[in-house]
Amino acid sequence: MSKSKQEPVVLSEYEARKTAVVLARNWAALFLLFLIVVFSFSGGAGFFSATNLQNVLHLSTTFLILAAAQTFVIISGGIDLSIGFVMGLSSVSAAKIMQILHAGDNPVGMTILIGMFVGLVVAVPPGLVSGILIAKYKVPPFIATLGMWGITNGITLHICEGFPVGFLPQLVTKIGNGFLFFILPGKESWMLIRPDGLSGEEIRSLTRIIPSSTIFVVVLLLILWHILHNTKFGQHNYAIGGNEDAALRSGIHVRRHLIIVYTLSSFLAGIAGVFNVFQTGIGNFTPFTAMYELYAVAAVVIGGASLSGGSGRIFGSVIGVMLIATLENGLSISGVAPFYRFIAVGLILILAVTIDQLFPKLISRRAAA
Amino acid sequence: MKNRKKSLAEFFADRWALFFLVAEIVFFAIVSRGFLTPRGIQIIFFFGTSVFLLSVGETFVIITGGIDLSVGFVMGFASIVAAKLIVVFTESGMAPAAAILVGMVLTFIISLLPGLINGSLVAFLKVPPFIATFSMIGISHGVSELLIEGVPAKNLPHLANVIGNGHLFYYARGKGMSIFSRPELERGEHVLELLPNIVIITFILIAVFSFILKRTRYGQHTYAIGGNVDAALRSGINVKRHLVTVYMVSSFFAGAAGVIYMLQYVTGKADAGAALLLDGIAAVVIGGASLYGGKGTIWRTILGALIIATLETGLRIRGVPTFDKYILVGVILIGAVLVDQIIPERVEEE
Amino acid sequence: MGFLLEARNVTKTFGGLTAVDNVSIGVKSGEVLAIVGDNGAGKSTLIKMISGVYSPDAGSFYFDDKQVKIEHPRDSLGLGIETIYQDLALAENLNVYSNIFLGREQTKRLLGLIEVLDHSYMYSESRKILERLDIKIPALKSKISTLSGGQRQAVAISRSIYWNARVLIMDEPTAALGIAEQRKVLDLVRSLKQHGIGVIIISHQMHDVFSVADRIVVMRRGQKVADTKRDETNTDEIVKYIVGAETVVT
Ligand SMILES: Nc1ncnc2c1ncn2[C@@H]1O[C@H](COP(=O)(O)OP(=O)(O)O)[C@@H](O)[C@H]1O
Ligand SMILES: [Mg+2]
Repeated sequence: MSKSKQEPVVLSEYEARKTAVVLARNWAALFLLFLIVVFSFSGGAGFFSATNLQNVLHLSTTFLILAAAQTFVIISGGIDLSIGFVMGLSSVSAAKIMQILHAGDNPVGMTILIGMFVGLVVAVPPGLVSGILIAKYKVPPFIATLGMWGITNGITLHICEGFPVGFLPQLVTKIGNGFLFFILPGKESWMLIRPDGLSGEEIRSLTRIIPSSTIFVVVLLLILWHILHNTKFGQHNYAIGGNEDAALRSGIHVRRHLIIVYTLSSFLAGIAGVFNVFQTGIGNFTPFTAMYELYAVAAVVIGGASLSGGSGRIFGSVIGVMLIATLENGLSISGVAPFYRFIAVGLILILAVTIDQLFPKLISRRAAA
Repeated sequence: MKNRKKSLAEFFADRWALFFLVAEIVFFAIVSRGFLTPRGIQIIFFFGTSVFLLSVGETFVIITGGIDLSVGFVMGFASIVAAKLIVVFTESGMAPAAAILVGMVLTFIISLLPGLINGSLVAFLKVPPFIATFSMIGISHGVSELLIEGVPAKNLPHLANVIGNGHLFYYARGKGMSIFSRPELERGEHVLELLPNIVIITFILIAVFSFILKRTRYGQHTYAIGGNVDAALRSGINVKRHLVTVYMVSSFFAGAAGVIYMLQYVTGKADAGAALLLDGIAAVVIGGASLYGGKGTIWRTILGALIIATLETGLRIRGVPTFDKYILVGVILIGAVLVDQIIPERVEEE
Repeated sequence: MGFLLEARNVTKTFGGLTAVDNVSIGVKSGEVLAIVGDNGAGKSTLIKMISGVYSPDAGSFYFDDKQVKIEHPRDSLGLGIETIYQDLALAENLNVYSNIFLGREQTKRLLGLIEVLDHSYMYSESRKILERLDIKIPALKSKISTLSGGQRQAVAISRSIYWNARVLIMDEPTAALGIAEQRKVLDLVRSLKQHGIGVIIISHQMHDVFSVADRIVVMRRGQKVADTKRDETNTDEIVKYIVGAETVVT
């Protein structure tokens, strides 16, 4: 009798707890929405306009790719500190090749393709070496990739001698900064590449829809999401991060897997580097203050991954990236001095981890009461 | 016989960093003139002060099994705080010497704050050290930039330069020895400079903390926490409080590095230590500490820092681009861990 | 009731799981109390509350019949409750005598001012206690990581004895040991009893339990299902309690 009376109460409490957990899990997404609303008021049309939102997406491309790379590594229980400088290495290498070929009056298409190819190829060895060191020689990931941090940075600076690499074909930035559609209202429309020969007025009234970079990165992320969620490789990644011994004992090729993960991470950083050339039109080495790799870790952690491995989602990391990117963009449009943004990101990150830490306690306390 | 062979291999594996340093010095002594001179050796120490200080502070954190990524930016922050304070004090009419002394002491105290925050996050809120100290990078960087609004701090009294780039002893032929003050020189006269002031300050601090780590209960507890947190906790050590103080030691050393930087370059810069993330941690690991905690000594960290500082100075004297330094430090860092892991294993197998 | 140490109605939950459910136990001085039960029955959790590693969600502790607070390992150590954990809780990177003195290091003053570790004192004291217990460890300066399982156990026991324990708690003290080492540990428990120390011992080995214990408590799924004198029961009955055939509390 009394039991059946109690039941609905227990159930609703359970439901409430479940809702609370769901909310806490997705706090980053909620916070992102909150930021968008706040900036829409404080930054006005400057923030909440199609142009600016597309801009935020476009400028986040490399960050998204790096965070996706870091997601794979962190889920496997490691960390990759080298991706920021691998990105610089690829950027500079690709640009250097394009520069040389372009100076030799080679066909533009070939110039760009070879440059891209070289940029991607140079990104493989750093990850391969880190992976082997970590998987075969049991060097802690932090050390192996920190070593690679120094090595790739030094090589990059050698290639570019400490200066950005310029004088590339114009087509490069046109591709990198293209949109799916360019529409001159009432007149004409183009796809992917902005046409030459428009007047200044026409350029100003040109409507741009969906950056090519966004399409590219969405496709890339979907592929990575698929690998992580629907394939054996992805499953093994979680298993190894969760319990390496158990994974080993259940017959997973842990060593080979880890080598592939670090190579993949590095290769993705290479994609980010090559993309960086298309976006900026120059090969950029990575300055020390950039800390791309650390921001990528931050985004992944904000996205709900644990640094001890075994958990994390591509979508979560995307939210993490967009949270940081929106914060930076929104604050700058709202006229906040750039310095506050560093502080804001630091605080958000602490908040992120603290929420994750406190929440299980909230749940268990209520259960105990 | 076999036994002796084994112990010999172990002997070398254990001291490889020392032999490496010696080999490095011999190498540079052969390839570059002026390296193995009193001046050359003092340059190594003079430009190595930041690495020495940051890595010694980092050693405490790494022994507990943590990591402090923020030291470089806390160093920048401290260089700015010190510069600002000293400028404000001198402008308000204080004597330069007093202004510098008070400014330095205040900066030392202020630089405990980032560590207090890092340590509290790690110990009480269980934020992973990597994340807590990365957040501190953003916070200290942001606050630094706010303080100087984008331009390096300037207008420091000349005395700062005299201290930062001066030596304890000067010896000029015919003029004898003088302390602190550089003798007036005529053309063609040479002065022998001994013991840069900032190196002396650096090593006094290091000696004090080396003593603490090695000889006191505080040091013993630091090792115990890194070796087995549960054991430390169950034997009644106040682990949380201890961790907080360890991160404070680390940021204190970062603060000291910032103060020294301010004296050396007579300015404060937010990114003064940005490039030192690799060097600071590498020195500790090359010195044989384990990132899993429980291992490491100040003396060995100094050895690691010396390997890096010697490399940097050696390359600089040779006129090689400093880019090479990053590559070599990366290689030595990885090599260090490989030696520590592979060689003992091999020895056991034999 | 004359208990030296008593836990009354203690409960501990982890998330949704109740690891220890309203359990009361006590030990008298000079008595050996054995706690037995299947894996996951809550034995380790129970003694971790007594030694201050976990704080209970409910319940209270009494020492010498006075209510006491045990919220931190320091509290229980301060009362003279020493615990040897299943995982031993030794700092493997430190040497033998440093572990015996862990958290209670002996210091001396250098130049009458600076407090430093007194290594020679800790070394010679450790030597004495090991000799008293007839434990042979070749080098007191060698790190724990170089010792065998039995030697580590011996270090853990010496540490507890040295600090004049009034209650000694041992969680599966013989699990990792060879036969000879097991016998030595049991001899040790008997000699502690002679010294008036209250001993709580968790064990899976019925033989051990019946050879040293005065009283036996059986735990099952977080609850105490039996509490009986050794002389009034037998192995079969205890095993029945463990697997849950009957529930009787005397
Ligand atoms: N720190 C902990 N967090 C969550 N669950 C725990 C923890 N410690 C023990 N448990 C759980 O509590 C139950 C009792 O465990 P334990 O006391 O270790 O049992 P025993 O020592 O009798 O084998 C087990 O189900 C175990 O999984
Ligand atoms: Mg147990």
